Amino acid sequence: MRLTEGSQGARILAFGGYQPANVLTNEDLAATVDTSDEWIRSRVGIESRRLASPDETVTDMAVAAGGKALAASGLSAADIDLVIVATCTPEVMIPNTAAGVATRLGITAPGAYDLNAACAGFCYALGTASDAVRAGSAQNVLVIGAEKLSQWVDWTDRSTCIIFADGAGAAVVSPVTEPDDAPGVGPVVWGSDGNMADKIYIADRNSFIHQEGQAVFRWATTALHPVALRACERAGVEPASLAAFVPHQANLRIVEAIARKLGAPQARVADDIVHAGNTSSASIPLALARMIERGEIASGDAVLLLGFGAGISYAAQVIKVP
Amino acid sequence: MAMTEQEIQTGLGEIIDEVAGVPADEVTPDKSFVDDLDIDSLSMVEIAVAAQDKFGVEIPDDELKNLKTVQDVIDYVRRAEVSA
Repeated sequence: MRLTEGSQGARILAFGGYQPANVLTNEDLAATVDTSDEWIRSRVGIESRRLASPDETVTDMAVAAGGKALAASGLSAADIDLVIVATCTPEVMIPNTAAGVATRLGITAPGAYDLNAACAGFCYALGTASDAVRAGSAQNVLVIGAEKLSQWVDWTDRSTCIIFADGAGAAVVSPVTEPDDAPGVGPVVWGSDGNMADKIYIADRNSFIHQEGQAVFRWATTALHPVALRACERAGVEPASLAAFVPHQANLRIVEAIARKLGAPQARVADDIVHAGNTSSASIPLALARMIERGEIASGDAVLLLGFGAGISYAAQVIKVP
Repeated sequence: MAMTEQEIQTGLGEIIDEVAGVPADEVTPDKSFVDDLDIDSLSMVEIAVAAQDKFGVEIPDDELKNLKTVQDVIDYVRRAEVSA
């Protein structure tokens, strides 16, 4: 038996993001549950979020974001040989989302699997995509985070209906080409804590998302910055040299609390949640796609990603902006 | 080693300045977190965590809701230190 050659490292060629058209504002929510624009902005940071229409599926959104990333990458569908969809809200368990996404994008016979690590999903998927490219298991990987959380939300529960939203983000991951090119995706640092499984969960197929906000807040603002710093250390990147910090957009207060502990005051801190809500595994690639579009981060910049959520599961890595 | 009330108050002032942006010299014992210092329950959690690092005293979520003023926190820390 022998192994494949693989490559020196992986890099991201492009990002693409998709938000559904339906806007749900804080005022809309205040009309149906006991909350207010002021309360939502100060506790969570959201001004508006997007919801998929009733017949718009996770696959639809994944295809939209994936198609954009593919188009921006300069590759064609024929170049993609692995599709990974990070999602915890697929419409059905069988078949997976990835195979259908591949077919709709005209990608023929790639490896295809869904990955459920909740809000850490994109970072997990990116880590596995990078590993596949390095090992030679794949040449060019389409990595997508896509969620329709709105179908699992209790719209009468003001603690969750103000937070969760829908959307998708994607990245194309390819090998570095020159022998001396530095990698564009750093080593992933990942972990979990099953003892906290009861902090964010859906009880069964007919239930809604339940979250113990206070406990999650306390955990996230204490346990995660060491993970983020370890990802910098393993990548050989000084926090003080980061251009941006893009954590899962769970809650702006959590984002800011973790950012304060990084020793990276110069880093731009992603606040995409303000106009996107919490889109679980879509939040990081969606934020990155929009930050690049707006010119807030530039090609070659070092950016720290940190996903975390239900499980509890978490993963972080440093990337270079394409 | 037990800290004095003043030491705890000073330490707390530093924490509150860092977490909530309230200048440390405004953190006097009589002040109420919600009414006077405009600090909400999420910031209280951050303050509790920072207090644990600084004073070695754990303040669980269900105790936190009883701590309404700066003096309440100072008293809590002192009581915990004495019984440690």
